Parts: sequence; structure tokens; C-alpha cells
Amino acid sequence: MRMANTISRRVFAFLILTLFLISPTVAGNLRGTGDLGLIVERAAGSIQIIETTNNTSLGRIKGLGDLSHASAVFSRDARFAFIFGRDGGLTKVDLLTRKIVKRVIQGGNSIGGAISDDGRMVAVSNYSPGGVKIFRTDTLEMIADIPATYGQVIKKGTTTITISGQSKTVGLVDAPGKKFVFSLYNAGEIWVADCSKCLEGVKPKITKFKNVGKLPYDGLITGDGRTYIAGLFGEDGMVKLDLWQDKLKAERILDGYGKGEKKLPVYKMPHLEGWALAGNRFFLPAIGHHELLVMDAGSFKQIGSFPVYGQPVFAMARPDGRQIWVNFAHPRNDTVQVIDTHTMKLLKEFKPGKAVLHMEFTPRGEQVWISVRDADRIDIYDTKTLKLVKSLPAQKPSGIFFAARAMRTGL
Amino acid sequence: MSIYHTLQLHLLPPDRVKLAAAFIVFLFSSPLATAQEGASVLDAKRQNELVYLVRQDCGSCHGMTLKGGLGTPLLPPNVKDTPIEALVSIILDGVPDTPMPPWRGLLSETEAEWIARQLKKGLPE
Repeated sequence: MRMANTISRRVFAFLILTLFLISPTVAGNLRGTGDLGLIVERAAGSIQIIETTNNTSLGRIKGLGDLSHASAVFSRDARFAFIFGRDGGLTKVDLLTRKIVKRVIQGGNSIGGAISDDGRMVAVSNYSPGGVKIFRTDTLEMIADIPATYGQVIKKGTTTITISGQSKTVGLVDAPGKKFVFSLYNAGEIWVADCSKCLEGVKPKITKFKNVGKLPYDGLITGDGRTYIAGLFGEDGMVKLDLWQDKLKAERILDGYGKGEKKLPVYKMPHLEGWALAGNRFFLPAIGHHELLVMDAGSFKQIGSFPVYGQPVFAMARPDGRQIWVNFAHPRNDTVQVIDTHTMKLLKEFKPGKAVLHMEFTPRGEQVWISVRDADRIDIYDTKTLKLVKSLPAQKPSGIFFAARAMRTGL
Repeated sequence: MSIYHTLQLHLLPPDRVKLAAAFIVFLFSSPLATAQEGASVLDAKRQNELVYLVRQDCGSCHGMTLKGGLGTPLLPPNVKDTPIEALVSIILDGVPDTPMPPWRGLLSETEAEWIARQLKKGLPE
């Protein structure tokens, strides 16, 4: 009896102690990821994990290789980020524990990636060897390899010349139905890869669109997953693919924009990822002209252009579409312009410092984070007052990616 | 069809062809008389700025480590067969029909030549 009493007392004490030890720890560490994000520190090969509720840095993860031009996508549960490095590294990091979960070197030289609509596959676009590789998000095991091989037969008089090769791939995005869409830079083609059975070991079904135009340099997909648009470097125009049609067809849009104007040199390729849809109008960076092209979102016809300070790199719409924030290529990359899409007026122009590389809005757009590479700084602005709220130190920051992207097609 | 295009059809890969074509363009253009001396004129501060420019800004296409990207790789083995003068010409005047822009106006001939020499021996960190 006495013995049993002691034991039960001990058990009780143990339970109390356990509760003390565990509960505060668990409760204290529980948090969501909706306000988390990451900042790429391109030269250091590290990322910072940040949160946007109090605008603080939570820590740094090192050892991600060459992160010049790195980008990230997020798992469906918004807990993990997949980071695509220039050196072909694909790294899965845990935003909560701030640790590398898995890292593979999947190619020699890569340029971004995408995550499937079901969150189970991540695709990486490669310059060398040119093509797209697809991995399971849980293990990073490769499940499909799509080399971007192309061939062209050119007849000239009596001679026939065949050009073939493996193209660099650009503008890789996810599309509904476990599909990935991308463009072949060297070949001038757009490919749609249907990966709906890739997880069962079936090869992706590829639909190819050839001769879409010269040097497609990037692509975007609209938030509804309906329209893929590739920008062309070699021509004044873009290509559109309406994925809702039964019979897919690549169509030229914005043909011959800026006609008659002298083309200006482009010291940094614009990105289409930050494509801006404001109300019923698209705003897209022009190539070789210091302007944004304004296009009707219904007809895809150009309805105007908006003059800006330099060669635009990103034209990012605030999530509500009311404002567009634009940054510029070298040597005008010290400036940001803010456009009001409702009044079509320039709201503000300011100079955060040399080499403004990227901008990312908080999920509802009340603030925007801006990376200023040469100042080793992140500036956070209030988008209503257009005033600087806070700055955070970062080593040569480039891309900023918030976990809220997990819920959006094409990001 | 220009000599440029003819070349492109017969030789691969295209990037290399464009380099060669740019060199040919150079051969028929005016010689860079002043480019030869010059290099010693740049002070250490400007040299550092140029290294930074090449790594960070040229790096947006050629890669920060110059291993290549949308643009060609620019490591010593990649440029060893391209004469200094051709590299200078490419830097200053760009390569037609490619995204390589002309840097004339942003860089002097002396600076372009200094960069070309650095690429040949390996750009400092």
C-alpha cells in the first residue's frame, strides 16, 4: 500500500515535471509560416529567414552554394522552401527549424524552378545541360528529365542545313493539371509538359510549339493559370498561349511595339515573373525602351505605354493592383518608381541606393520589401504613406520571397 | 544573307559563332590604337570597381562566378582563343542579335581592355 502510494506520487511528480518541461516549450515554439519569408544573400551563399509581422530577421542558413540569380518556391504547407541556385543546387530548407533538409546538385547551371499545383513535384530549369528536371518534393528524388533538344532544317537553294542542339530553358512556370510550361531560349519554342502521371513513373507528355519567335528570355503565367506569356528578346513582341483552349495555339501579341523608336541597350534582362495585372490592364517591361507596355487583359492588345526612368527589370503590382513598383537595369538601378494604376500617374520616385534588385509585397500589400544590393540592406516601405518603415542588414541581398507565394499559381 | 549568318549556319555552338562573328566585325573595324597602353593608368580603386561591375552586373547574364548563364561563360579557358582586341570590341560594341549590349559610354576603351586582360588571366575575387 505504502509502496503503491510512493509510486503513484512519483508518477504524479514526473507528470507535473514533464508538463512543466514540455508545455511552455511547445507552446512557445508553435507558430505559423504565413508571415515568413526568405532573403537571398547572393554572394555569401546564404539566406535569411525573416518574418513580416514585426519585420525582423529570425536567422540565417548557410551553405547553399552559388546563389547569384537564385529564386525560391514554397511547399503547399508553406513550411519548406525550395531554393534554385545558379550552380545547379536544389536545396530544401525548413523555414521553422531554419535548417537544410536536403540538398542535391541536379545540373551544371540553372535558372529557377516551379512547384506543381498538387505540391508534390518541383521542376528546375537548366542552362546546362539545357532542359527541365522534375523532382519529388518529399525526397528530392528525380522523377523526370526533359532535355530541351531541338532541331531545325533550313533549306537554301539545293543545300539543306540542319541545326540541332540542346537549348537553355527559361520562363518555367507551373500550370493547373500538374503541368509545367517553359520556353527554349536558343530554339524559340514553348513546351508544355503534362506531368500528371510522373509520380507513377510515367514520362511527362510534351506538347511543343515551334517558331514562336526569337530568343524568348522569360515567361509568366497569369494567376488564374490560364495564360502563359513569353517575352522575346530578338523581336519586339511577346507570345501568348491560352491553356484553356482544347487545341493549344501560340499567338503573337504586342507585335512591333515601340516601332520606329531607337532601341536602347539592355544591361539587365527584365523579368516577367513580377508581371503586373492591375484591374483589366497588364503592365509589362518593354525591352530596349524605357517604358512599361500597357495591354488590355481581355484582348491582349496594346493600349498604351507608360514612360519610366530606365530599362525596367521588375514591374510588380501590389496585390490589389492599385500600385506598380518598378526597378531598373544598370546603370539606373539606384531608383524605384511607384505608379498609381487608377490615376495613371507617377506617385513617387526615390533612390534607395545602388543596385535595387528585387521587391516583394507582404501578402496583403501594405508593405513592400526592397533589396539594395550594394548598400547591403533591405528597406521596408509602407505602400500607403510611401515612407521607409525599417531597414534590415543583409549581405548583398538579391531575391526576396515570402511564403505566401505557396498559395499562388506561377510563383 | 551576311557573312554573319552564313557562319552561324555552319558552325556550332551558336555562342561561339557569335564570338567569332564579332571578331570578324572587329577585323574590319578601326583598330584600337589607344587600347594597348592604358592598363596601368587605372588606379586601384577603379580596378576594384571594375571587378565588382564584372562580377555583379555582367554576372547577371554571365554568372557571378563567370561560369555562364544566359550569356557565355567567361572563365580563362572560355576566352583563351579570343584575342584581346576582339574581347574589347565585344565589350564596347556588343554582339548583334544577342542580348550582349554595347558598354561604350559606360566604359572607356582603357577600362574595357583592362577587363579583357583580367578575363584572360582570371578575374580577381
